[in-house]
Amino acid sequence: MMSNDHPRVLVIEDELPIRKFLRISLESHGYIVSEADTAAKGIGHAVSEPPDAVVLDLGLPDQDGLTVIQRLREWSQVPIIVLSARGRESDKVAALDAGADDYLTKPFGIGELMARLRVSLRHTAQLGTTSDGAAFQVGDLVVDLGRREVTMGGEPVRLTPTEYRLLLVLVRNAGKVITHRQLLKEVWGPDSVSENQYLRVYMGQLRRKLESDPARPRYLMTEPGVGYRLVDE
Amino acid sequence: MSDDRPNPDSLLARVKAEEAGQQRGRLKIFFGMAPGVGKTYAMLEAARKVAKEGADLIVGYLEPHARPETNALAMGLDILPRKMIEYHGHVIEEFDLEAALARKPEIILVDELAHTNAAGATHPKRWQDIEDLLNAGISVYTTVNVQHLESLNDVIAQVTSIPVRETVPDRVFESADEVELVDISPEDLIERLREGRVYVSEQAARAIESFFRKGNLIALRELALRKTAERVGAQAIDYRQLHDVDRIWPTSDRLLVCVGPSPMSARLIRATRRMAASLHAPWIALHVELDGPHHENPGDQQRLDANLRLAEELGATVAMVPGHSFASTVIDYCRQQNVTRIIAGKPLHSRWLDWWRGSLVSDLIRESGDTDVYVISGDTTETARPSKPVSDRPDDFWQSYGMAMAIVACCTAIAFVLSPFFEPTNLAMVYLAGVVAVAMTQGRGPSIAATVVGVAAFDVLFVAPYGTFAVSDSQYLLTFAIMMLTGLVISELAASVRSQSLRQRDRELRTAALYALSKELSTLPNREAVIEKSRRMIQQALDVDAWIVGTDAHQQLVLQESSDNAPPSTEIGVIRWVFDHNRPAGRGTDTLPGTATTYLPLTVTSGILGVLGVRPHSSDTPFGLAQRDLLQAFAGQVAGALERCDLAELAERTRLQMETERLRNSLLSTVSHDLRTPLATITGAASALAGQSHLAESQRRDLAESIVDESDRLNRLVTNLLDLTRLEANAIQLHKELQPIEEVVGVTLGRLERSLREHRIALKIDDNLPPVAIDSLLFQQVLTNLLDNAVKYSPVESTVDVQCRSDGKSLIVEVADRGPGLPPGEERRIFEKFYRVEGQPRTGSGIGLAICRGIIDLHGGSISAKNRPGGGTVFQVSLPLGKQSEMPPMCPAK
Repeated sequence: MMSNDHPRVLVIEDELPIRKFLRISLESHGYIVSEADTAAKGIGHAVSEPPDAVVLDLGLPDQDGLTVIQRLREWSQVPIIVLSARGRESDKVAALDAGADDYLTKPFGIGELMARLRVSLRHTAQLGTTSDGAAFQVGDLVVDLGRREVTMGGEPVRLTPTEYRLLLVLVRNAGKVITHRQLLKEVWGPDSVSENQYLRVYMGQLRRKLESDPARPRYLMTEPGVGYRLVDE
Repeated sequence: MSDDRPNPDSLLARVKAEEAGQQRGRLKIFFGMAPGVGKTYAMLEAARKVAKEGADLIVGYLEPHARPETNALAMGLDILPRKMIEYHGHVIEEFDLEAALARKPEIILVDELAHTNAAGATHPKRWQDIEDLLNAGISVYTTVNVQHLESLNDVIAQVTSIPVRETVPDRVFESADEVELVDISPEDLIERLREGRVYVSEQAARAIESFFRKGNLIALRELALRKTAERVGAQAIDYRQLHDVDRIWPTSDRLLVCVGPSPMSARLIRATRRMAASLHAPWIALHVELDGPHHENPGDQQRLDANLRLAEELGATVAMVPGHSFASTVIDYCRQQNVTRIIAGKPLHSRWLDWWRGSLVSDLIRESGDTDVYVISGDTTETARPSKPVSDRPDDFWQSYGMAMAIVACCTAIAFVLSPFFEPTNLAMVYLAGVVAVAMTQGRGPSIAATVVGVAAFDVLFVAPYGTFAVSDSQYLLTFAIMMLTGLVISELAASVRSQSLRQRDRELRTAALYALSKELSTLPNREAVIEKSRRMIQQALDVDAWIVGTDAHQQLVLQESSDNAPPSTEIGVIRWVFDHNRPAGRGTDTLPGTATTYLPLTVTSGILGVLGVRPHSSDTPFGLAQRDLLQAFAGQVAGALERCDLAELAERTRLQMETERLRNSLLSTVSHDLRTPLATITGAASALAGQSHLAESQRRDLAESIVDESDRLNRLVTNLLDLTRLEANAIQLHKELQPIEEVVGVTLGRLERSLREHRIALKIDDNLPPVAIDSLLFQQVLTNLLDNAVKYSPVESTVDVQCRSDGKSLIVEVADRGPGLPPGEERRIFEKFYRVEGQPRTGSGIGLAICRGIIDLHGGSISAKNRPGGGTVFQVSLPLGKQSEMPPMCPAK
């Protein structure tokens, strides 16, 4: 359904200048761009010409961007990248929890947007194909999902079952930001979604085992106020 | 189970009392039966001991006549200098309370608890000074003799036949933390006296001699020992309750004593107090205000007040109830209050009076049911009755008698006219009618006079033999008797009705005054208005001078210098005292009674909000109980109203704070959104330009144009923000110059060309518009904001109309769009800072229109918005045109 060379991107954004530079940049990178300046039009476009990715501004004039995510997620798994203003972390978390794949804070450089788009599209591509037998590698870190083995520069790393489950969730979503809530739900179950301290403790342990300098992590990045991200390139 | 535990409430009460005790100083009393037993000596010895242990102890006051041994003991202790008070040419040395409070030692020695201070001191009594010391957290050692205890006062006067005037309320003695009895045998004391080791002043020498008789001393010693034993007993009960050794509850007795104005009532009150103390029972002092002829006699009223105050001081609950019958009123009250024992005085008058008026005591006993009645010698309970009825209207005393006589003369004339047709006995009815008229209008005395004169006139004029008092027909004697009796009864009844209605009117007036005050106060907007209004109303209602001193936001008194509401500057100290202590002071109170004004604290639950001062016009009439009640009620009302004002102010402040907070948040979100959106474009476009070499030339130009446009937009926003700041700080200087409006409009449209390119601008400027005095740059800003607004809210390709015209007095500039229009009621609010219309798809910063208004206001013009017929909004700016003469000469017309 996705044309590999020319993915279709839907931009839902009310500010004309932003739409304009997004179109120019995306098109020059080989994407096919369709635009919508309201939530209603955006959903309409998504239905009539299903895109491969959506770039969505949270501050839309007619409806909340959050509603758009929820409406889209009712029937589509299309990657959604959210644009929002800084200082509204709660909005981002809500958007991610509602099903958005990633977010960008305005103002942002075009290179950053392209990188996020690539990650999201790759994930969709892998969705059907990824098997537990595959291995994940970034830098010196190798996670062999089939053998449940973690090595760092060839040296095996011993993880507790909880630490491994946590790492596994991050590996499966490598490159994407995962909110605290999503992590807690995946690792500890739906009853523990507000126990943020678990997460801090185990993330600290993981970093001590995987990072050479846990204070300045290379792999396990903190997204302040939102969640964590495992870098994938 | 739980019954065996001490009641938590009582434990809590004890803890609280203990805590209060810790903050309060401790009172230690050296208690003796008579002067000379060595109390001062014992006190000094104890003081030396604690001083040696390092306590900060000073001698506040010692009687100046102390014996050498005693003085020697005081050596080496810190001594507070005495205060010199000049009084009638004498200099009196007194304890210096203020100095002691300022020095604030740990312990202070103050001899003679029962001492009466010289006039001009803070308190009339030394025990009040000591209360102040204790309240300030200073512990006090003091001395007192048994005869000074209020409740024993009369007993001791009886025993020793020497009246003691200096008394101390029992509660002071009972609240002492420690009482040390200093006791020697009467023989030793007499021996000491003989050896001259007891100080006796010249004047007192003779009285002292009879006082120190052995019989007296034995009695006094017994009383002192008993009093101490009572105290120990009470402590034992407290201890048992505390440790729950045994459940001994205070008896459920409740005593009631009937109080009247008679001086003998004081004895009844003391007796009741003693009885209540021995039973550990609460007690009530009740005064029944009987209907009927009323004692306005100021002496009676004062004595009654004094008696009730005495009862209050001795710990009674004081109550005053109105009633028709003494006995039934008392009994009803007792039933209500669960009184178990009634104390009444033994009647002293003859049985004949009982027969005439009915014996109150026997009525009381008959109706008392299961309540015990104790009849004690000393007083009649009829004290509620007038001791000497006085005329209700002393002013027109003679006039009312004259009127009575005139009415009798009238009756005589009528009777004379009727005499040919009626029997003489029937003519008597005419006189009776006259008596009724006099009684209803003139009161009791004139009515009695009218009766007597009427009977005499009837006898002389209408009963044979005429012209004399002699009566030939003895049957007429009966007529006279009945006529006289009827007349008197009518007089009495009518007078009673009249006086009742007078009092009723009085009461109603008071209620009305109170009601009026509360009604007035409930609507007043602020503290100043409340103070001024209530001051006036109190002055009117009580016929007094009044002052109200309020407080400011920092709980400080606000003393006005020169206004009607400025209290006498000499009394500011009293006002401060009242405010600091939250107790009444001044005239008629315990504190600084020498002041001409009574000051009451305006107290509410949360504290004190001010002080009310009231001074009667004539300085010798004291406030009656009723007036004092009314005054208290007024004070309560005023305090309540002031509290309401405070709360309203607080609410207003909170509202303002919230509003400020809202503005701050709006500003933040405005700045964050409106600054960031153009920045996002600039960053994005610039990064695209920088990172990608394979862009087409047209794409590059588009991106670059985006950057320019958005930089412009950013610049406008920043300009607006700066303008707003300058407008708010009044930092904008207008550079007004006369210029043609079309020029300014033209320049603005030129500058906005790019942002207006998606809309059509229809410009219509009337010919021959006079030039207008404006600051060109600022006015461009106004136009820019209005046009920005118009294109922001109206659909692309629609027309924005700009029109300039003149109505003779002002120049009008209109900008009309085809946008969504304004919701009703928002026409003014949109010019408020950070205000945004709810529910609009596109939101602005909420700054632009506020700046427009600010700038136009500076120009002395006006700006308004209204919905446009056919949809959209019209903004209208109106600028005043100068007078023709002020204009520069125009170019001659072509």
